[in-house]
Parts: sequence; structure tokens; C-alpha cells
Amino acid sequence: MRAAEAVGGMLRGLLRHNETWLAILIVVLSAAITIANPAFLTYENVAGFLKSCSMVGIMAVGVLIVLILSGSPDVSFTAIAQVVEYAVAVATLQWGGNIYLALAAAAAMGVLMGLVNGAIVHWFRVPTIIVTIATFNIYFGMLYVITHGKLINLVHPMFHDFGNTLLFSRVSSIGASYGLSLMTLVWLGTVLLGWFILRKTFLGRSVFAIGGNEVAAERLGIAMLRTRLFAFGLVGLLSGVAAVVHLSIVQAVVPNIIVGKELEVIAAVVLGGASVFGGKGTALGAALGVLLFAILNNGLTLLNVSSYWYNVTIGVVITVAITNSAYQALRHRRARVHVKVEP
Amino acid sequence: MEEFLRLEKIHKSFVGVHALKGVDFTLRKGEIHCLVGENGCGKSTLIKIISGVLQPDSGRIFVEGQPVASLGSAATMARGIQVIYQDLSLFPNLTVAENIAIAEVKERGAGVVDWDEVRRIAQEAMARIHVDLDLDAEVGELPIGVQQLVAICRALTSDLKLLILDEPTASLPKRDIENLLSVVRDLQAHGIAVLFVSHKLNEIFAVAERITVFRDGERVATLPPNELDDDRLVALMTGRTLARKVFAFADAGARKVLQVRGLSKRNHFADVSLELRAGEIVGLTGLIGSGRTELALALFGISPAESGEIRVEGKPVQIRSVKDAVAAGIAYVPENRLVQGLVMKHSVEANVTATVLDRLLGRLGLVDPARKQALAREWIKALGVNVSDPAVPVQTLSGGNQQKVVIAKWLAASPRILILDGPTVGVDVMAKAAIHEYVRGLAARGMAVLLITDEEAEAVANTNRILVMRAGRIRGEMVAATAEAEQVQQLVEAPS
Repeated sequence: MRAAEAVGGMLRGLLRHNETWLAILIVVLSAAITIANPAFLTYENVAGFLKSCSMVGIMAVGVLIVLILSGSPDVSFTAIAQVVEYAVAVATLQWGGNIYLALAAAAAMGVLMGLVNGAIVHWFRVPTIIVTIATFNIYFGMLYVITHGKLINLVHPMFHDFGNTLLFSRVSSIGASYGLSLMTLVWLGTVLLGWFILRKTFLGRSVFAIGGNEVAAERLGIAMLRTRLFAFGLVGLLSGVAAVVHLSIVQAVVPNIIVGKELEVIAAVVLGGASVFGGKGTALGAALGVLLFAILNNGLTLLNVSSYWYNVTIGVVITVAITNSAYQALRHRRARVHVKVEP
Repeated sequence: MEEFLRLEKIHKSFVGVHALKGVDFTLRKGEIHCLVGENGCGKSTLIKIISGVLQPDSGRIFVEGQPVASLGSAATMARGIQVIYQDLSLFPNLTVAENIAIAEVKERGAGVVDWDEVRRIAQEAMARIHVDLDLDAEVGELPIGVQQLVAICRALTSDLKLLILDEPTASLPKRDIENLLSVVRDLQAHGIAVLFVSHKLNEIFAVAERITVFRDGERVATLPPNELDDDRLVALMTGRTLARKVFAFADAGARKVLQVRGLSKRNHFADVSLELRAGEIVGLTGLIGSGRTELALALFGISPAESGEIRVEGKPVQIRSVKDAVAAGIAYVPENRLVQGLVMKHSVEANVTATVLDRLLGRLGLVDPARKQALAREWIKALGVNVSDPAVPVQTLSGGNQQKVVIAKWLAASPRILILDGPTVGVDVMAKAAIHEYVRGLAARGMAVLLITDEEAEAVANTNRILVMRAGRIRGEMVAATAEAEQVQQLVEAPS
């Protein structure tokens, strides 16, 4: 009896978490797609889409942290990644180097561009989305001014090696090897890092505090500038890493291929339970959000459904997330109205 | 008793305003001290100086006998002085445990958070004032009274010697006030001094050992409560004696402006009947959750009733929306003016004229700015709103002046029936008297007023009849002239 109660209590506790519902949704969706097309739930296919969504997954962690901090999304991160990707591709062709150096340089460039956003948000008190729309155009515009949008078809071979590193690899019937990509592990590492920062460090808790009540955080003496620079710097850093991951997967640079993915990332983050008003969200939720979108995208392809439905889904998720948050806030204000009327 | 804090000859000026004029002030260890005064009397400035937010222009400060150059925010915390502002400074998205422990965790400066330690810190603080809250509850989900306890617990995580509570009871329902006052006595038992800033006179008498009154930047008196009564206190605060007149309804046979029969709404109220005559002020009181505000919202069409009859000037009317209510001549001044009554960032002028823009049209059907401004100025003058320029945003005004702006906004629409929900909550004595005076003036000119209030004394002094609501029904009606506040209170709180 007691054991049953304990299990019941645990279940109820689990069901309060957004992540549990997402996981259930992922299982149900996967089962449905598998019934329609058994090719979905194969090692090869799963490893494939886990690799393809690693860039979005890495970016999502950074986007999540800024969304919690400021209650307004960063939208410049794709432009940062695009600039970094181009610069790294050109620089490695020119000077060579190794993948670690490339990653470090990409991260450093990303941090720099992220810090610019953070500094403007802090000193000029401008909403994040406004600042980052502006810097998005500056970064992306400069890229086109300098490169004239020229494609790079040939990149340094180290990206090929990095991008094709597999764990637990197998060989398919047609002789191609497949397996868990190192890119997926970079994504998982980022999620773990995000979880650790948000849950375990005082810096992460400061992000939540500022997102919940900025005035109170300032009164408490929380380091506002440091926390903001940290969050925006981290988005930049992760965008830089994501750029290298993307470059390693694609092994070419199309200078407008990453930009345009902002909404996809933001939608995944809010689907993962982050509040569009700030102050709420988890790294696990953001990862599950990315995963759900990846499954959806892959499933639509396997079922021969137009991929435009994917865009529709992103739009619907954002709309539902925003109206739901607003509705909860409204319900909260009205909660007072409930009188126990005597019969 | 030993002194904890002594201020000598403190001066502080802002651009053009001499906010503190050579103030001497002492606070003993472990005493409950109340600071009262009208808006702008300098009490907020004094608190800011004690808490280190502002630095005095001149004067000396001693903490536990030691002179201190000046108090910076960090320095005051280190000396055991904490302020809980009216907004409580809590994080609605974080748990009770984290809200309580966050200051202490920050103080310790560890980069990695130990969650067991967070819970331990929170539990320890709660134990000190004998409260037991759910550590995992999200603070934003809790009622305001519980949030206040969380804020106090946070202050207790440091080595607290003086707790300053700025208007702690302004937004609290009555039961929570009792609870808070017992916590304050508990703090005192631990040797912690509490400096209370409040508008509500009766609470002050209940807990204070000494009361300091401020007026125009000067300390006019510090007295124990037994040497003060309401009238003396008001006289000290204002420099004038308030003429306390009781409202007398002149014309008991006046026409019935509003008649309500059997009004019901599920989970809100049931079978409510009432009448308002021209020139009459009727009080409506009851606890929060008794249905009184819900009734007002139904009469004003915000959440319309499901059944029953409403007649205005004898004619049946259907009130299904605010538009219907306004057309029927009903105006409503809400309980929470900040949420429902005003657009805080807009100007006084824009707010006052919001209900009547359709009457201020000039050529081409556009709003005539000159007429709009003239109307706003007229109302500002009529209600004595203390504002230099109607173009300033409402949020820069004091609570009492904001309330006057809300009233002006609805009166500009010249209604026949005025519903006032808690019109004097959180305003100071003089502004309160001015609002009462004004409402009586409206009644004298024939308006029918429904005055919803928490304070029985307010209802007794300012109405003709008092209706008491409990559990969604009207449970009693009393004639104000013969009722005592205590009787009304008994009826309000009677077990159902």
C-alpha cells in the first residue's frame, strides 16, 4: 500500500514537470511514425537526425539562458554563427591549424559579438530582442559587405575528419559507416554544461533572479553587469561552437544557411518549458524541445509530407507558448475570484 | 533601554526640496517603533538614509554608540539593518527556500550552490518566527500575506538587529495583518528592533512602543501610544485638527436610483438585493472572498451576473458589459487602482479624460486637445490633485493622488451611481479625509454612492446604511448612525 502511494506521489511529482510531458510526447510521436514507416526507429536513422539537430541543440542552450535572464529572446545568434563559420572556414584555409584551435577561435569570436549585445542591453536598458535585431543586421550585413555572399565549396579537411568521427560505428548494407556522431556528443556536453550552470552555480541562479525580478536582484547586490555579460557571452560562445559543428557536418559555407533558423531554436526552447516572459526554463527541457522538433522534421520527411508543415508547426508552437504564458498570468490575476457561496 | 541607532541633526535636500531639516532620531535595541506622517513628510527619506540608499547632506549617525561616516547599502546590511520595501523584493519564479536563502548564499560567495544548505538556511529562518511554509512552493503562487513572511524570513538569515518595514500592511487583508503583527512581536522577543512605516493608525496603536510623527521634514513628536489617540495623532501629522463629521442622509424619501433584486452568479454571490437612493451613501463590507468585490464587478458589467434584476431610475436594465453599465450611468472605481483603474505610464490628463473622449471631439471627429486639457485641469482643481502639470505620468504621483485621478476619471463621465471599492486603501490621513469629503459632496449633489470598504469605522462614519456580505450573500443591514464599528465587525466575521 505504502509503496503504491509513494509511486503515485512520485508520478504526480513527475507529471508537474514539463519535461515529463515532452518525453511522453516524444515516445508517442516516435511510435506513431514508426508504425507508419519502420525505417524511423533504426540506429542509422536515429543517429542521423541526432547529428543533424546538434547545431540547433547547442544554440538552444545559449538562447535559453538569455531568455531566462531577460524575458526576451536573443535573435542575433544565427548571424553570429554565420559570421564565425565563414571566418573560420576562410582562416583555416589560409593558415591551417587544428580543430581545437579552430574551436577556440570560433568561441572567442562568438563571445566578442555576444558581449557587444550584453553591454548594450546593460548600459542602455534596451530590450534584448531590439538590440539583437539591430546587431543581427550589423553582423550579417557586414558578412555580405565583405564576402559579397560568395560560397565556399572547399573547406579544410580537418572539418571533414571532425564531423565524421563516429562512436559505436557500424557499416550499412551499401557499405557506408554510421554511428553516434561526435557532434551529438558536443550537443549533449553543452546541455550538461547548461544544466550545471543554471542549476548548480550562483551565476546561473542570478540569471533566474534577474529574470524573475530585476529590481529585487539589483537591491540584493547581485552582479548585474557580470551576469548579463556572462549570459550574452555564453550565447556567443555556443554560437561559435555551433558554427564549427555545422561547418564540420556540411563541409561548405553557404553564407545565409544558418540565419533564418532563429525561430526554430526559440520555438524549441519555449516548447521545452522556458517562459517567454523570462525567469523559467531548464536545459533538459530545451534539449527535449530540440529533439521533438528533430523527430517531427525527420518524420515528415519519412512520411513524404511537405516540409512546409514543419514551419507551420514552429509557428503554432510559438503562438501557443506565448498565449499560454499570457493566459496563465491572466488566470493567476483572476484566481482571487472564487467565493464559496452558501446554499 | 540601550540605544541601537542615533541620528543627530540630519539634513537632506533634493533639488528645491528640503526633505529633512535637522532631524534627531533614536531607536532602542529591540523596540517596536512606528514612523508616521503624511506623504512627503520626510519619513521615506529618513528610511533611505538609515538603510544607506541615500547619504545625508550633514549630520551624524551612530550605530550601537559608534559613529559611522555614512551608511552604504552593503554597510547597513553588515550592521544588521534590513529593509523590506512595499513590493517585498521577492523572486516570483523561485521557490520559498531559495527566496529566503538567496541573500545569505550570495553573502557566502560560493560559486556552486549547495541545495541542502539552501533548505537548511530557509528552515532555520522560518523556525525563528515559528512559521512553517512549503519550501518548494513557487513564491509567485503564494498569497501576498505569505510572501511577506518569506521576505521577513530572508531578512532573518543575516544577523538582524533592525528590520524596517515600509508600509507592510497596505496591501494585506485583515487576517494577514494580525499574523504579521504577531510575527513582529516575535522578532522583538529575539531582541530585534522593528521600525514600522504605516498609514493605518489603528494597527500602529496595537504594536508600537513608541510612535514618531513627522511633518514637513521635521520630527514633531515621539510618544508612547497611551499618550496618543487618533485625533491627537492626526493633529500632529497634519498640524490641523480634522473636523470629524458623521455623514447624514438628508432626504430619506429621495427617488430610488438603483434597485437590485435577486442578483446571482455561480461561485460569486447569490440572491443579492439592495437599493440606493439619490444622494445616499451605502456601505458594503465583508471579508475578502465574501463576494463584495464580485458584486461590484457584476454591477459594472466586468463579470456580469447570471440572474436577477437590476433597475436604474426604475427602469430595468441589462448589464452585460462595461459599456452597458456606463450607458446606465454607473461608474466604478476599482479596488486595485494600479491594475484596473489607471494607465500608469500615461499622463494625468490622458487618464482623467479616457472615459469621455467621445464628448471632446472637435472638427473632423478628432479629439480636440484644448478641450481635453481644459477638462483635465478642471478635475485636477476640483479634486485637489497635487500635480504641477497634467502631462506628467500618473505613476509619478503618490498613492492618494493616484486615487483622486481614478475618481476624476469616472466622475468626468458624470454617472448617477458611483461604486467605490476601497477608495482610501493605502492613502494617508489627509488624503483620506479629502476623499471622504469629496464623496459626500457628490452625494449632496444627488449621486448615489456604494462605498465598499474593509474598515468598519470608515463605513460607520461615511454612510447611511451598511450592508454586510458573508459567503456570497448579504447577511445584514445596519443603520450607520446607530451602529458601532465593533458590531459591524462581529457581523462581518461571524461564523457562517
